[in-house]
Amino acid sequence: MNEPPEPISPYEAIPIRLRVNGELRSGAVEPRRTLADFLREELSLTGTHLGCEHGVCGACTVLVDGEPARSCLLLAVQVNGAEVRTIEGLAVAGELSPLQSAMRDQHGFQCGFCTPGFLMQIQALLEERRALSEAEVREELSGNLCRCTGYESIVRGVMAALGSGADG
Amino acid sequence: MQKHQEDGRVLAGGQSLIPLLALRLARPALLIDLARIAELARLGEWEGGISIGAMVRQRVAERSPLVRQRAPLLAAALKFIAHPAIRSRGTVGGSLAHADPAAELPAVVVTLEAELVVASSERGERTIPAADFFSGHYTTALLADEILTEIRIPGPGPSTGFSFHEVSRRSGDFAMVGVAAAVAVEEGSISGARLCLTGVADRPVLATAPELGLLGVAPDRGVFEAAGEAIAARLRPPTDLHGSAEYRRQLALVLVARALRSASQRARGDNEDRREGAPA
Repeated sequence: MNEPPEPISPYEAIPIRLRVNGELRSGAVEPRRTLADFLREELSLTGTHLGCEHGVCGACTVLVDGEPARSCLLLAVQVNGAEVRTIEGLAVAGELSPLQSAMRDQHGFQCGFCTPGFLMQIQALLEERRALSEAEVREELSGNLCRCTGYESIVRGVMAALGSGADG
Repeated sequence: MQKHQEDGRVLAGGQSLIPLLALRLARPALLIDLARIAELARLGEWEGGISIGAMVRQRVAERSPLVRQRAPLLAAALKFIAHPAIRSRGTVGGSLAHADPAAELPAVVVTLEAELVVASSERGERTIPAADFFSGHYTTALLADEILTEIRIPGPGPSTGFSFHEVSRRSGDFAMVGVAAAVAVEEGSISGARLCLTGVADRPVLATAPELGLLGVAPDRGVFEAAGEAIAARLRPPTDLHGSAEYRRQLALVLVARALRSASQRARGDNEDRREGAPA
C-alpha cells in the first residue's frame, strides 16, 4: 500500500473547482469551511441563508448534482467537482422562474428568510415531475421550517407551480 | 486510520457528524472522507439478497428497485430517516456506524440478520452479524482502525411480509419508538417472526417468534396485542424531553401489534399472489 498522505492542517487551503449556477468557479478553502460559508463569503452568493447551522431548519438547502442538500452540513471540499445550484440560479435573464412567479402570486413568503431553502427544495420536487397530493407536498417539505406563514401560502404556491407543469 | 485512531473521525455522508462538529460536541483533529472510494458506493445482488456498499446514499437505496424487491423492510424504513435533503447525502453505512439508539437502520439490519463487513488496512476484512454489531449508545463492534465497508442482506424468505412503523414528535425527527417486523405465514399460521425496536434502549432490541408466543398460531389482532404487551413489559425505555418511559412503553405495545399485523397481512398477500400466479 502507498504511504498515506500527510494529514492536512485545518488552516491549510485546499484548491477546489465546481460549477455554481452553470459557471465554473474555483477557490482555495480550509477543509473545515462549509459549502454555505463558501457560497456566501467566497462567492458572495448571499441568497443562501443560514438559520440553525446544524441541519434542522432547511434554510440553506441548495441543489448538489440535482439533489437537494443542506449546504451547512457539507464541507466545501466535499463538493469538489460537483454541480451546485442556488437560489440565484433560478431566475432566467432577470425574469422570475415559473416557480418563483407561482410563489409570488400565492404570497408564499413573508419575512423571506426561509424562502431560498424552500424554493430549492421545491425546485428539486418539480424536476422529479411526479404528480403529488397536497399531503405529499407537506411531507416532502417537512424538513424546511417557516416561522411566518403557517405554510398554507407556501403549499398553495407549490400546488400552483405543480399544476402549471413548471420545472424551470 | 492507523495513525489517527485517537483523534481522527471517518466522514461518510456527514449528516450526523457535521452537526456534531458545528455544535463542538466532536472536535476531531482529522476527518477521513470516504467519498472517493468508488467500491464503497456499489449496490448489487448478493446471493438471493443484496449487497450495499457502506457509502451508498440513503436516497439512492430508497429509489432502488433492487432494494424494494429484495429488501422491502429497508425500503420502508429509509423513508422515515430525516428528510429528503438529508437522505440525499446520508449513507446507509454511516447511519449504522454512527449507531444512534433511535435510528431506523440498526433495527432493520438486526431484523433481517444482515452481515456487516468491516475492514482494516492491517488485518483485512471480517464479517460481523448485525445482532453483534451494536454495543451501546453510539458504540459498535468496530475497532479503532476499522471501517464498515459493506452490508449484506439475505433475500426475503418465502411467504414473509415486512413492515416498519414509528412515532416521532415531528415528521423526520428521530423516533420515540420504532418497530421493524418480519412475519412468515404458511397455511394460515405463523411459521416465523422477528422484530426489532429502536428508541427504547441503548441499542436495537430484538424479539423472535417463540419469545413473542407467535409460533404456529393463526395471525389475529389478539395474538399481536399480546405480543406487544409481552415486549412492552420487559422494556426499560429512557425518559427524555420527547417522552416519558411510560409513554414509550405504551407506544411500543401499540406499534409492535401494528407492525406485526401489517407484516402478516403482507405475508398473506404474498401467498395469494403466489397461488394466483401458479399454473392451474
